Amino acid sequence: MGNGWFRKGKGPQEFPEGLWIQCENPKCRELLFIREWERNLKVCRKCQYHFRLSGAERAALLTDPGTFIEHDAGLESRNPLNFPKYNDSLERYRRETGQSDAIVSGDGQCEGIPFSLAVTDARFMMGSMGSVVGERLTRSVERATQNGWPVVLVSGTGGGARMQEGILALMQMAKTSGAIAHHHAAGLLTVVILTHPSMAGVLASWGSLGDVILAEPGAMIGFVGQRVSKQAQVSKVPSDFQTAEFQLAHGQVDRVVPRKDLKATLATLFEFAGYTPVARPDAVSTGSGE
Amino acid sequence: MSAGSIDDFEQPIADLEAQIERVKRLTREHGLDRNDEIAQLEQQVQRLITERYSNLSGWDKTRIARNARRPYTLDFIRLMLSDFTELHGDRVFGDDGAMIGGVGKLGDQWVTVVGQQKGRDAQERHKRNFGMARPEGYRKALRLMQLSEKFNRPILCLVDTPAADCTVPSEERGISEAIARTIRDMFLLKVPVLVVILGEGGSGGAIGIGVGDRVLMLEHAIYSVIPPEGCAAIIWRDSSRGPEAAEALQLTAQHALRFGVVDEVVSEPVGGAHRDYDEAARQLRTALERNLAELSSLTPERLLENRYERFRKLGQFVDTAANGAG
Repeated sequence: MGNGWFRKGKGPQEFPEGLWIQCENPKCRELLFIREWERNLKVCRKCQYHFRLSGAERAALLTDPGTFIEHDAGLESRNPLNFPKYNDSLERYRRETGQSDAIVSGDGQCEGIPFSLAVTDARFMMGSMGSVVGERLTRSVERATQNGWPVVLVSGTGGGARMQEGILALMQMAKTSGAIAHHHAAGLLTVVILTHPSMAGVLASWGSLGDVILAEPGAMIGFVGQRVSKQAQVSKVPSDFQTAEFQLAHGQVDRVVPRKDLKATLATLFEFAGYTPVARPDAVSTGSGE
Repeated sequence: MSAGSIDDFEQPIADLEAQIERVKRLTREHGLDRNDEIAQLEQQVQRLITERYSNLSGWDKTRIARNARRPYTLDFIRLMLSDFTELHGDRVFGDDGAMIGGVGKLGDQWVTVVGQQKGRDAQERHKRNFGMARPEGYRKALRLMQLSEKFNRPILCLVDTPAADCTVPSEERGISEAIARTIRDMFLLKVPVLVVILGEGGSGGAIGIGVGDRVLMLEHAIYSVIPPEGCAAIIWRDSSRGPEAAEALQLTAQHALRFGVVDEVVSEPVGGAHRDYDEAARQLRTALERNLAELSSLTPERLLENRYERFRKLGQFVDTAANGAG
């Protein structure tokens, strides 16, 4: 809407007073009262559009209050290729997000059951996976393997492997998958949650390696961007191509789960897999990899 | 100049070679003794080739790696293995012509080989889908690798692909899952796995069969997270700036060796593998046999541990909290 009524910015458009926000879904554009929208976990009450969450918000959503302990927050990319403008981008995104890279990872509890968590954050360079994302996610899986815990991996990655880190970014696909291989071989549970967007190198590695794969409604999920895949073929692209619902229909995800039900679904899966709550909430801070 | 052609920088070489042919024909047809001149010209050609191929840019290598005269997976299989028996199909949906699989003997050693296959003419390119494997290809590859594990035979993965197939049907059948599962399960194979980047190591399509105990790379092959043209289109919104992107991406075998992404660069004949298939295959076979011999003494547990550690250490970062390097 170009009438100047709404503040222009990167995030959702807000009224000047910061009381209202407009739904990002172009087919909806409903005005939402911010406090109500936040209570509704940043989901549009009218069309159920799921706004993006930050890594910290996602951790808060999936863990019991006060149990999440972040790990490895100090890891920063070294710009191994000395790639043009990469340092500037990293600096800008660090300022904007307050994070060192496109990931938040750590340990927490879900209904008292300890688990490791890694969340990629689409607000930081499209959530793309370079050395830092790969390393922190790998360490999360390794902590879970060492502790005999389940691991939950949440993708908000539109960019796939981060091209500014060249071949080392591609190797993160192997590294993360290797960690999952050994977690898997130890008989432990991996749950993947695909949020908007989940694409490319992340989907072709850890994003597809959940024992159970959940997806948020309407999330874009696919191998390569639609622009590329349209060029590559003569056949028509279905209207729901690369949505969570499309992937559900084609057997690639187990369930499409609304945001408000994600934590309960995790708890159900943890219980099914035989994990039990710990007695004390602070027990989770022992045996960490730091 | 298209990225699949190396004709421009090989033109002076081709011109000289044509001249030699002319002089040789004259010698034959007219009985003239021009042997001195021929020898001189041949020396000149060798000098030119050596000079040209000792100073290649990332973009030059991109074009060499993609060149249709370059030996492909089936060429190397034919020249290195005996008793090759191709095996087909993923047991789920179909058979993928872009991914070759089968069993054969490397010297006295039975091995399983999988790898992407490109085509040289229109018909073959269609059949091979330009070397872009579909979900069926990765599932076939993994099935055959697990067959090899069952009978304790080493595995050879030959990588030569621009990318994995990204069409709607491949998406519908789970191309991402097929690649991801293959990567994951390759970490658990209890037999030696050797990977060779023969030509193009194209992003997810390459790493999809790229997990091994040793990763070798031919001297003029490339291994990249994204095609240079695609990178240029994203960064500069101009896909014609591929040459610059090829430099920025550091996609050559020599770079990959420095990053620890490959363990060994296998020399090609002077002037590139396309100039002498036999010699290229001979050098690769020697390197493969040596690596297999080195791995043969390891227990399966040790093999898996080393394989994980090999990939585990890849990446560069600093830990600002710990004030040390990662």
